[in-house]
Amino acid sequence: MTRSDKNPTPRGQSAVTVRGLVKHYGETKALDGVDLDVREGTVLGVLGPNGAGKTTLVRILSTLIQPDAGTAYVAGYDVLTQPRQLRRKIGLTGQYASVDEKLSGFENLYMIGRLLDLSKADSKKRANELLERFSLTEAAKRTAGTYSGGMRRRLDLAASMIGRPAVLYLDEPTTGLDPRTRNEVWDEVKSMRDDGVTVLLTTQYMEEAEQLASALTVIDRGRIIAEGQIAELKAKVGGRTLRIRPADPLQLRTMAADLDASGLTGLATATVDTETGTVIVPVQSDEQLTAIVGHLAAAGFALADIATELPSLDEVFLSLTGQKASAPQDAPARELEEAAV
Amino acid sequence: MSTATLPQQTPVEQPPLLNGEADGRIGLRANLRHTGALIRRNLLWIKKDPESMFDALLMPVVFTLLFVYVFGGSIGKAMGGGQDAYVQYVIPGMLAMMSMSIAQAVGTGFNEDFHKGIMDRFRSLPIGRGSVLFAKISVEIMRQLIAIAVLMLVAVLVGFDIESWPGLFAAVGLSVLFGSAVMWIFLVLGVTLKSPQSVQALGFLVMMPLQFGSSIFTPTQNMPGWLQNFTEYNPMSGLADAARGLMTTGHPVAHGLWVTLAWTVGLTVVMAPYAVYKFAKKS
Repeated sequence: MTRSDKNPTPRGQSAVTVRGLVKHYGETKALDGVDLDVREGTVLGVLGPNGAGKTTLVRILSTLIQPDAGTAYVAGYDVLTQPRQLRRKIGLTGQYASVDEKLSGFENLYMIGRLLDLSKADSKKRANELLERFSLTEAAKRTAGTYSGGMRRRLDLAASMIGRPAVLYLDEPTTGLDPRTRNEVWDEVKSMRDDGVTVLLTTQYMEEAEQLASALTVIDRGRIIAEGQIAELKAKVGGRTLRIRPADPLQLRTMAADLDASGLTGLATATVDTETGTVIVPVQSDEQLTAIVGHLAAAGFALADIATELPSLDEVFLSLTGQKASAPQDAPARELEEAAV
Repeated sequence: MSTATLPQQTPVEQPPLLNGEADGRIGLRANLRHTGALIRRNLLWIKKDPESMFDALLMPVVFTLLFVYVFGGSIGKAMGGGQDAYVQYVIPGMLAMMSMSIAQAVGTGFNEDFHKGIMDRFRSLPIGRGSVLFAKISVEIMRQLIAIAVLMLVAVLVGFDIESWPGLFAAVGLSVLFGSAVMWIFLVLGVTLKSPQSVQALGFLVMMPLQFGSSIFTPTQNMPGWLQNFTEYNPMSGLADAARGLMTTGHPVAHGLWVTLAWTVGLTVVMAPYAVYKFAKKS
């Protein structure tokens, strides 16, 4: 294909430029004409359900597989014709921690330093630096196989950072982690983002994209179905979510049932969120909001808190694709979304 | 990050000096360094899991004792000697056998790597595709040499007489050479097959007829004609015969040597590029 002098990337702007990328596996179109740009020093979230083509995209951009059609440039290098140069510019953290479980944390990082042509002394120094940064110094000498899920993911991130990559791919970095561990990984990604690393993040979790990314590309069945800044995408969907917290948590279900019976929730239904102790009602207008609060007061419910929120990205995705994004979702959410759009 | 609509112009920190040439080609020295780093990885595995050396340490002991004391008396008698004659016969055969039996482990170990994300990391690093393979082969050659050292120790203990020391070293060199050629087959199996178990099963299936349908354990003249034809060009016979000729007196070297070298070159020329190709394409 073309050399970098014909590179369509505007200089210093786009760290990753993808045009018309296609990859088929037999009848399955893993990628069916994908375009995207990741600007230098930003985090682009690529959001989509399982099988949307996210991992295929990352594998092509890390030169692990070749596309059937289309072009992709990373840090100015063509994935097809300049894979060797490109590999010096990228870091990859996959869905499955790509560290050697039989080696210790230090040995893993040291080995990668040596593979990246650092001297023995520099490899050692860099390994210790990164162990420190990712809070793994205590566990440096332990076999990675004995690490917890979060530690392993952090070691994986550290391994990706050894060569100071210009572009970092994070392929579902928190899939399978518990919420506390997920937050640890998020903190690390945020600090890398703040250091100016360009990140392409794939995720199934809206919350994750919202936390880490500034711009978002929504992908489904190998096609891009929406893209833009996160705030823009949320504004597109419109509507708000009302969260009501009764003073007495035992009233959660009665309150939800009462609201449903009142007809004030429109086509949607009130859902109970036991985790936050709130009842969630989608609202379309200020009048509806006022009516609901008035009704609850008249019915004698004591309220501890009322808040409205912009729709979550789950809801954004639902309205864009007409299907659920990630697996577990309450059935009413679909109705809620159909009502909202 | 609400201000991220403006592209940040801060240049990403330049990477430390990397020795790759401008076109990204990886030089010989870099390749050696990468292979060295990966060899170190495989040696650390052994250090942490010494049990993985059991095959190299115990196989030569068990097989030698088994064949010498169970079959040695009868076969030796049929050969016109006794157990001592059989020891002189079977030890060079054992050397040939070790070259293949130890080589098999390379495939299973390699296959296991593919089930971990680590292989993706290696393949996305700016290192030569071959260095991962060469590192594995280098470590297996070390394991082979250890197995051979154990074998020779047991051999001497059961009464083997090393009639020619230069011959011994030549035979060891030949069997390591052939063993490393065989490793390419197991590397291809390791890349191609789905699980380490299937690599092991198929490897076993290939190895058994080659090892037993040969002159390793017993002279071939009493085998049926068709089997004799097979054994004549079986590289295991070739290697066993050549080793026998080199280490002891009274056995011809030439035919076995040629058969072994032909197989070694043939396997390496065909299988090594194929293994590297399969490895690079594996997705």
